[in-house]
Amino acid sequence: MKSRKLVATIATAAVGVGLLAGCSSAGDSAAKDGKVHIVVAPVLPGATADALKALNDRVQEFEKANPDIDVKAIEYQWTGTTFAAELAGGTLPDVFNVPFTDSKTLANNGQLADITTDFKKTSTADKWNKNVLDVATGSNGKIYGIPWGPYAMALSYNREIFQKAGLDPDSPPKTLDEVRADAKIIAQKVPGTAGYMQMTSGNTGGWELTTLVNSLGGRMEKVGSDGKVTVTTNNDQTKQALAWLKTLRWDDDSMGNNFLFDWGGINQAFASGQVAMYMSGSDVIGSLMQANGFDPAKYGVTTFPVSDDANAGILSGGNVDVVNVKDTPEQRAAAVKWIDFYRTQPNVDKDAAVKNAQTLKAGNQAVNAPTLPVFDQATWEQNQTWIADYANIPAANLKPFTSGIFDQQIVPEPSAHTQDLYGALDSVVQAVLTKKNVDVDAQLTAVDKKIQALVDADQH
Amino acid sequence: MLTSTELDQQAVPGGAAASRPAAARPRVRRTPLTWVRRGGLAKLVFMLPLLITFGVFSWWPIVRAVVMSFQHTNLVTAPAFVGWDNFVYVFHDPMFLTAVRNTGWFALLALVFGYPLPLVLAVIMSEVKRLKGLYTVLAYLPVVMPPVVSVLLWKFFYDARPAGVFNTILGWVGIPPQPWIQSTAAAMPSLVLQATWAAAGGTIVIYLASLTSVKPELYDAAEVDGAGLWGKVWHVTLPQLRGILFITFILQIIGTAQVFLQPYLFTSGGPVNSTTTILLLVFQYAFQNSLGGNYGAATALSLMLAAFLALLSVLYFRLTERWSD
Repeated sequence: MKSRKLVATIATAAVGVGLLAGCSSAGDSAAKDGKVHIVVAPVLPGATADALKALNDRVQEFEKANPDIDVKAIEYQWTGTTFAAELAGGTLPDVFNVPFTDSKTLANNGQLADITTDFKKTSTADKWNKNVLDVATGSNGKIYGIPWGPYAMALSYNREIFQKAGLDPDSPPKTLDEVRADAKIIAQKVPGTAGYMQMTSGNTGGWELTTLVNSLGGRMEKVGSDGKVTVTTNNDQTKQALAWLKTLRWDDDSMGNNFLFDWGGINQAFASGQVAMYMSGSDVIGSLMQANGFDPAKYGVTTFPVSDDANAGILSGGNVDVVNVKDTPEQRAAAVKWIDFYRTQPNVDKDAAVKNAQTLKAGNQAVNAPTLPVFDQATWEQNQTWIADYANIPAANLKPFTSGIFDQQIVPEPSAHTQDLYGALDSVVQAVLTKKNVDVDAQLTAVDKKIQALVDADQH
Repeated sequence: MLTSTELDQQAVPGGAAASRPAAARPRVRRTPLTWVRRGGLAKLVFMLPLLITFGVFSWWPIVRAVVMSFQHTNLVTAPAFVGWDNFVYVFHDPMFLTAVRNTGWFALLALVFGYPLPLVLAVIMSEVKRLKGLYTVLAYLPVVMPPVVSVLLWKFFYDARPAGVFNTILGWVGIPPQPWIQSTAAAMPSLVLQATWAAAGGTIVIYLASLTSVKPELYDAAEVDGAGLWGKVWHVTLPQLRGILFITFILQIIGTAQVFLQPYLFTSGGPVNSTTTILLLVFQYAFQNSLGGNYGAATALSLMLAAFLALLSVLYFRLTERWSD
């Protein structure tokens, strides 16, 4: 009896240990095929079947050229409110992207892999504009990422809705007053559609308000000659920007009925025809096609209106592909090869550019989404001629943007506690859009005080 | 129902010994060997998966959270102990009071509208003679739906345009379109409405089960005494369900104090922080800044909430102990 009990106990324990041990076996067998395995994240969640096919073709092309590397592509979207959780939880893939505002700090915190050696092996290593590469360079001078897809903020609009409202889609608004006038006409003539809307939540409300303020000549932060940052959201231009939004919302009723939009939410609303014009990154058509299946023939984009003020400019940004700090040297090397293949080469190599364009076009993905030059304007213009034959967004629809953007002054994002600043400004924008009479002055003073305290705490 | 003490007694090897008076038991010296002979090892082995699972995924994180609430850390460099600084920070944050107020408002609305509803529905359903199973399934269906899916569905229903699903339905009966989650005043009630819909089914099933244990003779006696429907509910049903009502009450308070899913998915705490609850604030402390958040403040606020709920529960059970007898 006793021995039977003992056998049962040992057997149970053995099964338990076996079950626990079974969890980690998959990784071991995968590594035994002699290949370097990397997980990359180049596609947005909810991508269309076409987009996934196009990506799959690119992956196969890469694996054919690099038979010792196995690439697994997963869906990923950088969002301010989920990234820190993924970083802390260690769930990020081997290659992922972060915005220009974050890469330097993450690098200096030791949270990104140093890829200097592998980066220097790429054919374009010496071609980079130092100012662009700076966003991926740590304070120790080492390289921690590869920038891609710099964009300027722009005004995206639905050409079909413009036509329905009796407006000329080839002549989009050029000033804030014209945006207001067109938005009012659309709201009246196309019921259920917001004439103009901008993002309000998940830190994007502050991001877009900052764009509006920059376009009027204001700045949310000022850096003194001693490097000290002063938070200056309570300025004349911010009040002017909020007053403009208030007019559209409460006097004209041209902003629709939904006021809680984050990046993905407003893209969805625009793609489904609920929003006619919105403030977006100039390259957003890429996501609209990839995640929302939006027809590029309906898409129009123009430069966001910038005032006559000497300081007025357009906010720009971009992405940096970075490598997981936990990766082995072999994985880092493979990751850099992938980033170079997928992001950089199509800018500089004619064959790569053409192949990329062909695959994107076959997968119904944006070939000629308007971005800013990653190296220099001449390289960018040459690239445009290589892919012109495959362009699947009518060039005429992009012309209002591409013909005007090089005349606009580019303004980088505020540097200190950017996401905290944007998050705090979210509720100011929401207040203006959901409450008729808001004490804007008090709200902005509170934001200044809150973010300044965070900035000052860093300097102690 | 078996209490845990009764279960423990039955689990003693040679169960009959458990019923003997303690004084009559032969005194055996406890040694590791007797512990093994009495099946202690087997007990431990069987408990091991549970201990490991709870230890790794529940108790250890709790201990780490307590430690972290006294630290300043970015999870990369070595943490520094900062005493009560994190707690002081939370108390001085203007958002703390906002979050407490919003959570209280959510809990109150859920209590007033969400607490009695399952009971009323359960009493009605227990009286229904035909298609009882169908009604039970319909009531329980929202509980089966993945919470994220149902919130996203309701978000679609809450479209504030006149063409939105709920606004179209309201239009049929001549009610003008409502802003739902798009206004500071309507957002929280809208969240409560969905939360009540999502949770009522589970409570209804508990009440239905308890109602079957109410002796029919009590209703007969009440009827003889001249009680109508309301009299029977007030004098028989409610007193008989007293125990279970006390439990569901405190569970509801604890659940609503920890509300996160609805404000996170519906509104991200907006408009203008009108739905920022305590747990959402914890999340924002930790994760709003993509470069790494204030994990110390996040854990400090979590602990404050846990301590408050523990205290509330103890007080509640002290208070209701007398009434339950």
